[in-house]
This record gives sequence, structure tokens and C-alpha cells, in this order.
Amino acid sequence: MAITQARARALLLTPAGLWYAALLLFPLAVVLIFSFGERNPIGGYAPGFTLEQYANLPARFAAFRNTLTLAPLGTVAALLIAYPLAYYLAIKVSVRWKTTLLILVIVPFWTSILIRSYAWIYLLGGNGIPALLEAFGLGELRLINTPFAVLVGIVYGYLPLMVFPIYVALEKLDKSLLEAASDLGAPPWRSFLQITLPMSMPGVMTGSMLVFILLTGEFLIPAILGGGKVFFVGNALVDLFLQSRNWAFGSAVAVALIVIMLIVVALYTRAVRRFGVRRDDVGLM
Amino acid sequence: MRSSSEEGAAQDTGSEHVAEFIDVSKRFGDILAADRLNLGIRRGEFLSFLGPSGCGKTTALRMLAGFEPPSEGTVRIDATDMSAVPSHRRPVNMVFQHYALFPHMTVAQNVGYGLRQRRPRLPKSEIGAQVDKALATVRLSDFGTRRVWELSGGQQQRVALARAIINEPTILLLDEPMAALDAKLRAEMQRELLDLQRSLGITFVLVTHDQEEALSMSDRICIMGRGRIVQVGTPQDLYDRPCNRYVADFVGKANILSGEVVAREAGQARVVLGCGAEVLVPEGNPDGRRHVDVVIRPECLSLSATHQDEDAAIRARVTHRTFLGDHTEYLLQAEGTGLLQVNLPRQAERTSGGHGVGDDVHILWAAGTGLVLAADD
Repeated sequence: MAITQARARALLLTPAGLWYAALLLFPLAVVLIFSFGERNPIGGYAPGFTLEQYANLPARFAAFRNTLTLAPLGTVAALLIAYPLAYYLAIKVSVRWKTTLLILVIVPFWTSILIRSYAWIYLLGGNGIPALLEAFGLGELRLINTPFAVLVGIVYGYLPLMVFPIYVALEKLDKSLLEAASDLGAPPWRSFLQITLPMSMPGVMTGSMLVFILLTGEFLIPAILGGGKVFFVGNALVDLFLQSRNWAFGSAVAVALIVIMLIVVALYTRAVRRFGVRRDDVGLM
Repeated sequence: MRSSSEEGAAQDTGSEHVAEFIDVSKRFGDILAADRLNLGIRRGEFLSFLGPSGCGKTTALRMLAGFEPPSEGTVRIDATDMSAVPSHRRPVNMVFQHYALFPHMTVAQNVGYGLRQRRPRLPKSEIGAQVDKALATVRLSDFGTRRVWELSGGQQQRVALARAIINEPTILLLDEPMAALDAKLRAEMQRELLDLQRSLGITFVLVTHDQEEALSMSDRICIMGRGRIVQVGTPQDLYDRPCNRYVADFVGKANILSGEVVAREAGQARVVLGCGAEVLVPEGNPDGRRHVDVVIRPECLSLSATHQDEDAAIRARVTHRTFLGDHTEYLLQAEGTGLLQVNLPRQAERTSGGHGVGDDVHILWAAGTGLVLAADD
């Protein structure tokens, strides 16, 4: 029996389709329905149709504010650190060292983020960096349980996810394009701005999306390094579903977060399209 | 900026040289890619660097462009030492082997790239006008708004050409620009390049491994091997008077035979070949060697069923015969030599009737043809 085009497509897409239907679409539908319901007096969910939960969102303003400032800030900080590193790895370093250095970028992933974040507690805590600064007479400084601590934690944790897409984009860049730019009279910094940067925009975009989306849902690092003072929407959700068992309000918070995220991603994509290159341009050469 | 003393020096050395290599060497680690190159490139000429891959021809071109600094020696362009001049400030432009067009720009943006780098900035209208002119020169007037990856190989090549010549470089560098094109397109591009060079009057420096391309296009050819310049000369020079076995073998088809000199007289050597035949061959630089290599081109030999007294003759058997229209290529096996090639013009074959595979014939070597080769270094 010959497998037709349509049958082949169905066969290829069924496993992933079922997976997403069962574990993404169905739960999303449940969350959406719950968000219009009420809190059961003994906790959990009671059916209903009310916009009360959405009206109540400002109660969690601080969580949204923290998420929506620290996630973009963390993304930008990671980008600013990752780009020069990826550039160095892709263009400047000798082939001999490249593999070693790339492995070094991945090595932190071999240890759980939980353990690595705990390590930062000691580094940023009273006996860590602040103590060192004090010993050199550079004044007292409180780092742990501040937004800065959370920022350090998230940038540290997500840096490799930013480095790799940019590295791949720069690695693919045909080096003779840079020679051509130089040959045509562009000094190095201008050929970077006119050739290298636009050609690496797909990598920048992928890395930034990846990091931003994951940061928006982050709860572990703020919980550990924010000490309950700097909490993300993720922490609010943990609290609402597991502690105060207000599933209806928790669902509304989750829906709000998803909507905000979609808007930000859409805006970002449009902005990058404008500045950067078409994917076709980079892919086909 | 050139100083007045350099200006003076330029006049001393003769300003017909638009660029010079003076004792230039280039090392990549242990590899000597260019070995003491000395060469003057004449203003307005079409010069080719010819040689097999790895012979140093591309390295020479890249040192001219400023992509590779020489390990030793000096590269001069317009009598100015280029040691401290980065590629983006050199008055040369390059057509890259795979064109290196900017994929995120349109054809017009690619062509105008060099003009947009000028400081102080050129007005947009002026850049637009020059881009239109350059695109017209390469017959791509309607392609300005296209993406470069939408174009065919030949069209991309012409964009690369327009992008380089729009800057009116002192020297246009071409790095195997025809290598990626099919044979028909290549012949067409070669003609276009020659026309362009004549109309622009710019010095062209071409790197190629294709001897036919070099022979047909160049005013002069610089043959390179193992990082060194082996011989520089006009295509006719190199074909008729190759300095050694390497050049004779690389440029055109050549029969190279070894033999022993038995007498020398008036610039000619009487040589006994391995097969026993005695031939009289001109010698460029008599050096007293007894064992020499002799080169003779296939079209200088002729075939005969019978031996004629006035010419030296080599007995041989025809092993292959290839009819090529205007001439026929014969491969022959002679005793004491390898395979020899003889090309007979169609007209000669018509009168003699030609020869078939397996025929025993005499290869006739007219006195005073061929050349005694100098020793390889």
C-alpha cells in the first residue's frame, strides 16, 4: 500500500499533536475556564462565571512589576554579556581552543540550577562579596535578597541559552563577507555594524526570545536569591495554587501573564524584523 | 600619505609600475606560502597569476588586497609602501571567488556599498546615479531591487564586478572569478572582462589555475610554483620559450624528452634523445650540461609513413587518434620515450590521408624546432 502525502503527514504529526493536545491545549483550556470561576471555600475551584478574579489582578501588581522589569533587564544583560563572548568564540578564537571553550560554556549545566543558585546565596550573602568589599574598606553593601541578586542569578543561569544561538549565527557567517566589506572601504567597526550584526540578528532574536520567555516563567531563582522580597509572577502562582489554594485567582494571574508575554514577543519580533535581516537572506547563502 | 622622497623614488623606479612586490615572503606557521616574490605590475596591464592550488598565487593576491600582511618584504601600490595601510584604505578592489555578496542587501545596495563608505559622505543622488551606471555596465540595469540570492551564478558574478569597479580602483583583483561558472558562461564572462578592462583602462590582476583562461586573457602571466615566481612573460613567451620543465608542462600541451648533448653550435644543441634520434634544438641559455630536457609542442611535429632525410625522425606506433575538427590529436608510443603527442592540422591530413591506430610511422622533427629547457630549481 502506497503511503499518500496526506497519510505521511498525519503519521508524522500524530505523536507530537497528541502530546501538545493532552499536555498544552487541554491544560490551557482548563486554566482559562478556571480563571472565570470562583474559589471554593475549602480551597480549589468552584464553577462559576465572573470577572472578579481579573478585577482582583492589581493585588498581585508587585509580582507583575518585578517580572516585567527583571525579565527584560535580565534578557538585555544576558545579551550584552553573551554577544561579545559568542563573537569571540565564533570569530576570534583559534580552532585549537574553540571546542574546549564551548564545553566550558556548557559545563555549568551539568549541575542543577538549584544547587548553583544556592551557591550564589553564599557568594552574595553577608560572608561573601559584601564582606570582601568591606575588608577593602569599600563600604557596606547588601546584595542578597535584592533585585540585583535575582538579576545576577538569572543572567548567570540563562547565559548559555543566549550564547549558543548567537554563536551559531556568527559561526555560519561567511568570513569573506567581512573581507569584502573591508575591501570596499569599511573600517572594522563599521563592517561589524553593517555586516556582522545584521547577519547575526536571527541568533540574537532566538536567544533573546528563549531567555525572555523562560525568565518570565521563572520562580526558582527569585525564591532562592530574592528571599521572599523579590518575587516573580511564578512565585505568586506557586503561592496561589499550593499555599492559599485559590485556583480561580491563580488561573487568572496565569492567563494574564500568558497574554502579556504574547504581546511582548509579538512587539519584539516586529521590531527585530525591521532592524535585522530576513531569515531567507541568512539561510540561503 | 606619501612623502616627497617616496614620490621621487617612484619616478626613479619608473612609474609604469602600478604595484610592486619587493622580496615579499609569507609564512603560515611552517609553510612558506610565498617565497621572496619580486614582481612589478605595469599600469593598465592584464596580469595573471597562474599555478596549481597551493602555489602561492592567492596569497600574493591577498597581500596586494591587504588581507594578509607579508612576513617579510614590501608591497607597494602607486609607489607607496602598503605595510601600514589596512585593506579598507587601499586603492584596490577585489572580485571574490564565491563573490561574497552581502545577502541582506539588494543588488543596488551591494553595488553602492563602497561609495557609501566614503567620508565625507557622497550625496544619495550621486550614489544612486553611479550605481545605475555600474549596473548598466554589467548589463543588470533592471536588477537593482532584487535580492542577490535570487540571481543566477553569472548574474551574481556581474554584481560582484559592478560592486568592485564602481569604486574606480587603481587595480582590480580577481580571485578565480570564473571557477564557479559553466564553460559557456565562462567564455562569455572572459570576453566581457576583457572588454571592460579595455574600456576602463584599469589594471587587472587575475588569479587562476586555468592555463587556457590565463593564455587567452592576459597581457602577461606570472607562473608560480611552491610559493615562488617561476617565470613572468607574455602568453607567447611562456608557450614558445618556457624557462623550465614546470612551465613547459603547465602552459599548453608539451612533449618533454630527455637526452644527451653531443655538440653545441651557435645557440643550438645537437641532442641525442633516449630513442636514439639526433635532433638540432635551440638553447636559450647554454650552460654546458650534458643531460638536458627538450620540449617540443605537439603542433611542431609531423607524421610520415616514410622517413625523409632532411628531418630527424622517431619511429613510433599510433596508440590513440582523436579527431577534433580543425586538427587531429595523435598519441604515439616510441621506443625509449614515453607517449608523445602530435597534432596534425586537418589540411595536412587531407593531403597525406592521415594515420590509423596501430600504424607504424615516423615522427618528424624539423631541425631548429623545440627548445632545450633550463634545469628546474
